[in-house]
Amino acid sequence: VRGASAELRRFLLIWLGLSAVCTPLVAIFAGSIVPPGDQGDAASGQVLDLTVGSTVATPVFLLIVTFLAYTLVRFRQKESEIAEGPRVYGHRGLQMTWILASAAILVGLVAFDVVRLVLPGAAGSGQGPTPLSPLGAGPSGAPVLPVQVIGQQWQFTYRYPTYGGVETPRLVLPVDRTVEFHVTSLDVIHAFWAYGLGVKADANPGVDNIAYVIPRRMGTFAIRCAELCGLWHGYMFDTGRVVTPTSFATWIAGEQRLFAPIKRDLPPYSRTYLPQPRRRAG
Amino acid sequence: MSAAIRRVAGFNLLTAAVLAIGGYVLGRVVGAGIHPPSLGYVEETGENDLGLVLGYLLGVVGFFAGLGAFNYPVARMLGGPPSLPESEEGGVGDKGVARYFRFTPNHKVVGMQYLVGVGVFFFFAGVNAMLIRTALLHPRETFLSPNSYLTVVGLHGSMMMGTMTSAVLGPFANYFVPLLIGARRSAFPRLEACSFWVLVAAEVILGTSVALGGFQTGWTGYAPLSIQGSYGIDAYLCFFALVGVSMTLLGLNLTATVVTMRAPEVSWSRLPIFVWSVVTTAAMMVLAAPVLTVALILVLLDRTAQTSFFINGAGGSSYLFENLFWFFGHPEVYLLALPGMGILLELLPVFTRKPLWGYRVAVSGMVGIALLSFTVWQHHLFVSGMSSDVRPFYVLSTEAISIPTGLVFVCAIGTLWRGKARLTVPMLFCLAWLFNFLIGGVTGVYLADAPADTTEHGSFFVLAHFHYTIMGALIFTFFAAIYYWVPKMTGRTLNQRLGKVHFWLMFLAFNSTFMPMFVLGLLGMPRRVIEYPARFQFLNDWSTVSAYVLGLSLLLFLVNAVYSLLIARTPAEENPWYSRSLEWQTASPPPAINFEGRPLIGTLYDYGVPPLGERA
Repeated sequence: VRGASAELRRFLLIWLGLSAVCTPLVAIFAGSIVPPGDQGDAASGQVLDLTVGSTVATPVFLLIVTFLAYTLVRFRQKESEIAEGPRVYGHRGLQMTWILASAAILVGLVAFDVVRLVLPGAAGSGQGPTPLSPLGAGPSGAPVLPVQVIGQQWQFTYRYPTYGGVETPRLVLPVDRTVEFHVTSLDVIHAFWAYGLGVKADANPGVDNIAYVIPRRMGTFAIRCAELCGLWHGYMFDTGRVVTPTSFATWIAGEQRLFAPIKRDLPPYSRTYLPQPRRRAG
Repeated sequence: MSAAIRRVAGFNLLTAAVLAIGGYVLGRVVGAGIHPPSLGYVEETGENDLGLVLGYLLGVVGFFAGLGAFNYPVARMLGGPPSLPESEEGGVGDKGVARYFRFTPNHKVVGMQYLVGVGVFFFFAGVNAMLIRTALLHPRETFLSPNSYLTVVGLHGSMMMGTMTSAVLGPFANYFVPLLIGARRSAFPRLEACSFWVLVAAEVILGTSVALGGFQTGWTGYAPLSIQGSYGIDAYLCFFALVGVSMTLLGLNLTATVVTMRAPEVSWSRLPIFVWSVVTTAAMMVLAAPVLTVALILVLLDRTAQTSFFINGAGGSSYLFENLFWFFGHPEVYLLALPGMGILLELLPVFTRKPLWGYRVAVSGMVGIALLSFTVWQHHLFVSGMSSDVRPFYVLSTEAISIPTGLVFVCAIGTLWRGKARLTVPMLFCLAWLFNFLIGGVTGVYLADAPADTTEHGSFFVLAHFHYTIMGALIFTFFAAIYYWVPKMTGRTLNQRLGKVHFWLMFLAFNSTFMPMFVLGLLGMPRRVIEYPARFQFLNDWSTVSAYVLGLSLLLFLVNAVYSLLIARTPAEENPWYSRSLEWQTASPPPAINFEGRPLIGTLYDYGVPPLGERA
């Protein structure tokens, strides 16, 4: 029979060995398979966050799984047997080590997460009406492009305040230029999720929820409502496009022409549009 | 009154149903009087929400009057003796099967009522889960309309959340806490009985929502969506408000029982770890559940009395509802986690033949979880547009819960280390907790990381995460508790071989069902949608087929329970697990007064061979 400390040493060696192999593999390869991709700077940032999280999680996960396997192989007895185990009530050193180790991981992880969160753009998340972490001009040097996203049951429409407040049912964005989404709603709570860009922001009635992203790669991206908003919530989806600045200029000019006739019926551009409160009673 | 009349009209389920319907009709009439049919919205929609809500309210009052819940307080108020079938001993004189269908203030009866009740509600909620998975076999809507689909989603979520919170505390804490602390009854037996019957009334009301057009809000019922919908939402709101009442009463009684009813030898440091998990959960329930009830009453007022608590731009705020709801809702998920941890740590010593490793560390972990759980709720609002200045705090507080949770883990693995593990059915379910909660916990850290949460928020990733922590952890330990304690409660035992098949089928199917959902979420599938891109179909179908196997494993359990307990009536051994815990010192099932004479309270977790030097 092995001694208690020899047993512990052997288990730790197995775990450290497995971690030494798996953790670098996760760190290196997770980034290339983890969604949501690299179409927006926010999305790329989230890939990094998920990779770091997975790297830290790997040894923790392996610790418990290896432990379970080791214990059940080494220490089980038949159901028909009823031998007693050792009478051990705890181990001060091991308990303290565990607490300190988990606290150290916590401090490191929280520091990393918080830094990532307060960096300009705040990882593409909705930051409310007064963003703590606004994002400056993108690599193209063009000024920030404000785009309003209006959720209503059950579709998104988009207004471009710097282009006369034109409202269109299509979302088209120029590449490499910072986009400032102003997300709001006309009725209930929706959530604007531009998946490929890595942007998600709730659309609250009467609230201007601001989120930033720099689209980095041309192509289409999925848009979905990510907050249950009633009957046709499942059908509240859309496809956005990232195009060259020239195509964008052509497109927006076309939209302005196309929607000029209905423009006079629209309310003037505003950060929020409060409808008459919907009342059930009275 | 003759005995025959008494039997029919004497405060049973029949009188309760009659008075409930009477109360309901009265409420509808009063409501129609206050909001006449000529009133604008009543005329437009043909719906009178005030009448319906008053109907539910008075219906519940009538139900309780019919059950005889008011007999005792009214008799005592008027200075009379306690009325039958009650007695000062907490209904211990009441015998026979009929007491299980009555308002019986006896902790063992209420425990059995909860066990069967929770089982029935779990079954219906599970059927809804099967419907959801079936609808998701195909990327477009098939046999369920969007309204039916959302109603089924809402029913599944509401019933699971409303019932599973009481899944351990209702049956096992009510039944075993008095036994584990050497008490003859609980502190407030009538509140205890109330908590069960309120839950029954609530579930019946939720059921009526199906006939009233369903509800489209999911279990979270966010305003202003919940203010907008029709009749079905009133049923959902009344259901959940009553669940809040039930949880509050359940928590109150259990907290008071542990604080005041312990035998003199049972000091706080000799409390079994399961009782610690119960008292921390119960105390959290008392603090969190009333907030839910209040929030839902405010929504009901918005719908009926023209208030505007949650209407932006009319003096209210939709954020207020989200905050109130999650101030309850986040402690809620730890209300679901802690009892499972308690069962895990209570059973591991029995099946490793070792004392619990690090008892005080485990207690600290549970208390730490309970305290921290009230500081994390805004992580549900990370992308809502809440003040971005406070988000770092919620990242910290949420990730900090991993420390007390880690303490529970270290005590579990410390107990397993060098123990003599016997892989009985309850032990298998406990070991599954370690694996499932590990995945649930690790993915919880991903969600607590606000930047990464941008993609995960509101997606299938969240769905998979909380099914790992609730079904993978709580429900697995719930079954551990059933296999472990039902022999004690009934004197009969479940078939162990079928139990093992049930375990392996359930464990594999569970992981196979929910693992793909993490991937679906990261690939961009939001929750509660009936439509999804065709490229997600393979993973969804995989998940659905696995869910059918999962459902099959639960049916297998049902067959086992019905066969072993009702048909074969396999008698249980006196102490089938060789447990040294207090509840196994008395007969199975325990006598009406729990212990004949004073129980012998020995050392806690008296297992294992002492080291050589200490041997006599």
